[in-house]
Amino acid sequence: MTGDTRKTDALLTLEGMTKAYPGVVANDQVSFSILPGEVHALLGENGAGKSTLVKMIYGLVKPDAGQMILRGEDFAPANPAAARGSGVTMVFQHFNLFDALSVAENISLGMDDPPHRRKLSAQIREVSQAYGLPLDPDRVVGELSAGERQRVEIVRCLLQDPKLLIMDEPTSVLTPQEVDILFKTLRKLTAEGTAILYISHKLEEIRSLCEHATVLRLGKVVDTCDPRERSARQLAEMMVGGTLHVPSRAAADLGPVALSMAGVSMSSPNEFGTNLRDINLEVRKGEVLGVGGVAGNGQDELLAVLSGEGRAQTGTITLSGDDIATLSPNARRARGLLTAPEERLGHSAAPEMSLVENALLTGAVRENLVKRGFLRWRRAERFARKIIQDFDVRTPGPDNTAGSLSGGNLQKFVIGREVLQRPEVLVVNQPTWGVDASAAAAIRQSLLDLAQNGAAVVVISQDLDELMEVADRFTALNEGRLADPVPTQGLDVETIGLMMGGVHGETAA
Amino acid sequence: MIHLEKRPQPSKFWAGVTPILAVIATMVAGGIMFWMLGKDPIEAIRTIFWDPLFHETFGPYSRPQLLVKAAPLILIAIGLSLGFRAGIWNIGAEGQYIMGAICGAGVGLAFYPSESLLIFPAMVLAGAIGGWAWAMIPGLLKVKFGTNEILVSLMLVYVAENLLASVSQGLLKNPEGMGFPGSRNFRDFPAAYNAEIIGGTGMHWGVAAAFVAVIFTYILLTRHILGFQVRLTGQAPRAARFAGVKPSVVILFCLGTSGALAGLAGLFEVSGPAGQISIDFNSGYGFTAIIVAFLGRLHPIGILLAGLLMALTYIGGELAQLMLTLPAAAIQMFQGMLLFFLLAMDVLSHYRIRFNKTAATVEG
Repeated sequence: MTGDTRKTDALLTLEGMTKAYPGVVANDQVSFSILPGEVHALLGENGAGKSTLVKMIYGLVKPDAGQMILRGEDFAPANPAAARGSGVTMVFQHFNLFDALSVAENISLGMDDPPHRRKLSAQIREVSQAYGLPLDPDRVVGELSAGERQRVEIVRCLLQDPKLLIMDEPTSVLTPQEVDILFKTLRKLTAEGTAILYISHKLEEIRSLCEHATVLRLGKVVDTCDPRERSARQLAEMMVGGTLHVPSRAAADLGPVALSMAGVSMSSPNEFGTNLRDINLEVRKGEVLGVGGVAGNGQDELLAVLSGEGRAQTGTITLSGDDIATLSPNARRARGLLTAPEERLGHSAAPEMSLVENALLTGAVRENLVKRGFLRWRRAERFARKIIQDFDVRTPGPDNTAGSLSGGNLQKFVIGREVLQRPEVLVVNQPTWGVDASAAAAIRQSLLDLAQNGAAVVVISQDLDELMEVADRFTALNEGRLADPVPTQGLDVETIGLMMGGVHGETAA
Repeated sequence: MIHLEKRPQPSKFWAGVTPILAVIATMVAGGIMFWMLGKDPIEAIRTIFWDPLFHETFGPYSRPQLLVKAAPLILIAIGLSLGFRAGIWNIGAEGQYIMGAICGAGVGLAFYPSESLLIFPAMVLAGAIGGWAWAMIPGLLKVKFGTNEILVSLMLVYVAENLLASVSQGLLKNPEGMGFPGSRNFRDFPAAYNAEIIGGTGMHWGVAAAFVAVIFTYILLTRHILGFQVRLTGQAPRAARFAGVKPSVVILFCLGTSGALAGLAGLFEVSGPAGQISIDFNSGYGFTAIIVAFLGRLHPIGILLAGLLMALTYIGGELAQLMLTLPAAAIQMFQGMLLFFLLAMDVLSHYRIRFNKTAATVEG
C-alpha cells in the first residue's frame, strides 16, 4: 500500500510532528497514518521518541509543530479529556489504580462522565464478557493480579467506545496465557474497526499481532514495514540502524555448587510485599539460572534475602559451602556474592549522586576504595571511568549524576559495576527492564561471559525471551514459592506458564 | 515569554553567586522599606551591615560580639546539618544546648573554688556528654520503637527549660547570691571561666571549637565513608541499606553528634559570655541554628558564612534600633527578607531562565 492511499483511508494522520526538549529533539517531522481496524506497531529503542509521540496524540504534550488529522478533522487535543472525547484512549504501562477501591469505583474515577454506579457495574460486566476479559466490578483492586489490573484499565478505555486505543508495553506484566487472552481481545476490537497503536519491545509479539509498523530512531521515522514479513532480528536491526549482536557463548562445564538456599523463608519488609516461603535452590559455577514469574511474586524479596538487605535463618544460605545467611550486605560482597536490584533510581543507584559516588556505593569493599575509613576518590573515579568505558555508558563524564543518565545507560552502569568486580555469584533482577535492544544484548552478553568465566549467575526477570536466551535452567516464583528448576532447552510455553502459576485464566476475577 | 527550565544538574556557578545576589536584593528591598518608614535608606543599610564592623565608636564593641554570637550558631548548625543531610530531623538542639550548659556548669561548680587546670576540660567533656545524652533519648526511642524524632526532640526542649529553671533556683543556685535565682558567676571562678583566647576579639574557646567543627565536618563529608553514608541515607535510603549502611547507626551518630555539639555550645556560652546559669539563660540559638543550617545549604563552609551573616544582622539590627529608632518589627522584616531572598534565589541554581521570542508556530 502506498503512503497516499493509506493517508486517504486513514483514521489518524500525523504530519510533521515535532517536539524539542532542551538539548534533544524528541520528535523530528514525524509523519504516518493509522488505518481503522489496524494494529499499528510503534518500534524504536529507548529514547527514540515513542512516548513523546503518543503523549502528543493523547494530549499530554503539546507539539512544537505539526498537524494531526483524526477522521478528516483537525485534531489538537489540549488535554487527555479532549483526546478521550474524540475517541482516543490510552492504557499506560504503569497502572493508575487505587488499591483500596473496587473495580467499579476505579473505573468511574477515570471517566469524564461516569454513569450511575449500578448502571456502570452492569456495563462493566457486559463489556468485559463481550471482549473475553471477565471482571467482577465489586472486587477490590488490591486483591487483583497484574493481568486483572490491566483488564480494569482496558475495560475503562473500552467503556468510552474508543476509535483509537494506544497501548504502551501492555504485556510486560502478563503470563503467556494472559498475553493470549489480551491478544484475542485486541483482535476482536480491530475486527470492529478500532485501531490500536501498540508500543512494545517484544518483537515476536509485534510480529504475531501487528499488520503495520513505524520505526522511529532518534526522533525520526526511519522505516515502515509489515512486521509479519520480517524476522525479529530484522526488526531489531531497523530499530538500531545496524547489525544486532546476539548474545552467545560456548557450552561451559558446570563447576561445584556456588550458591545454595535450603528452606529459606522471609516475611517481606514491605506491607504489600510477598513473603518468601521455603525457597530451595542450587546454582553451580558457570551456570545461569533464570527465575521467571509475574511481578510481585517475591522477586524483590528474593533479591533482598540474597543481597543481605533481608536476613535468613542461620545455615539456610551458603556461598561455596560457607553459611552467609545472617551476614551484612558488605560481608557478602567481600565473599563474592554481588547483586543488582530491579529499581535503578534510589535502590541500586542514588540518583542525585555522581557516577563516581555510585561506583563507590557497592564497589567500596571489593575495589578497595576505602582505606581506614577514608575514601580513595581517585581510585573510585578510575573505577567509574572503567565501568563507563567497558560498558559503553553514554555520559559526558563520571561527575554527572546518576539521575541524568537515561534508563538504559544507568542500567548498563549498574550491571557493569557488579560485573567488573568479578563476582563469584551475581544475582540480577530485571537486568534489561526498559533497556533498548542493543543495550539489552550487551548486558546479556556480559552476564553470559561472566558465567563462561566460572561465575554463577541468577537472572530474575519477567521477560521470558530473555530467560530463554541466557538461562541454562529455568524456574519461576509464584506467591513467594520457587518451582523446581528445569533445563531451558526444549521448554515449551505451556510448561512455563504453569510454572509461573498461570491460573489467572478464564475464570472471573 | 519567560520560561523556567530545569537544569539537569544544579549549577555550581549560580549556587556560589546567589547568596551575594540575595544580599544585594535584600539591601534594595529593605532600603525601600526603610525609606517608606521615613529613614535614610543608605544610612540604615550602612548601620546594619557596615557600622557593626567598622564604625569608630561601636566597632570595637560589636566586632567581638560578631564571633560571640556566631560561634554557638555555627557549632549547633554544623551538628544539625549532619542529621538534616541524612533525613534525621533534630529540632531539639535548644534542649541539648541547655543540658550541655547545666551538666558542664554543674561539674565546674561542684569543684568551686578549686584552681585545678583540669576543671575546664572536664566541664567541656561534661557539656558534650550532657547534650549527647539528651539527644540520645529521641535517638534510642526512634531506633527501638520507631518514634518520631521531630516530636520527641522538640518536646524535650520544654523539659530542659524546666530543668534549667529548677536548677537555677535550687541545685546550682549561688549560695552567696542573697536568694536571687542563678548560679555563681564564672567570671569569679577563673579555673572554670571560658575566657577570650585573644583579648578584645571575642575569640573564646567556643569560637575555636566552631572552627574545628567546620573543618572536621568538611573532611567527614567529603573524605570519609561515614560522611558518605550519611549523605547516601538522606538521598536514597533504600540504596543506603543496599550499600550496607545500618540505619540505626546513622541515626544514633547524627543525633549524638548534633547533641554533643549543641551541648558544647551551651557549655561555652554559660562559662563565657553568659557567665552563669540563670532561668533565662537560653536565648533561642538552638532554633536559629536550624535556619543557619539551611541558609548554609547544609554545607560546612556555607554554615560558617551563614552563621556570621546571621550574627551580623542581629548586631546590626540592634544597632539600627538604637541609633535610628527603627522599630524592632522593621528589623525582623529585614532579616525575613534576607532569608526569603536567599531561598528564593535558589531557583537560579536549579533552573535556567529562558526568554522565548514567540512560541513556535504550529502549522503543517
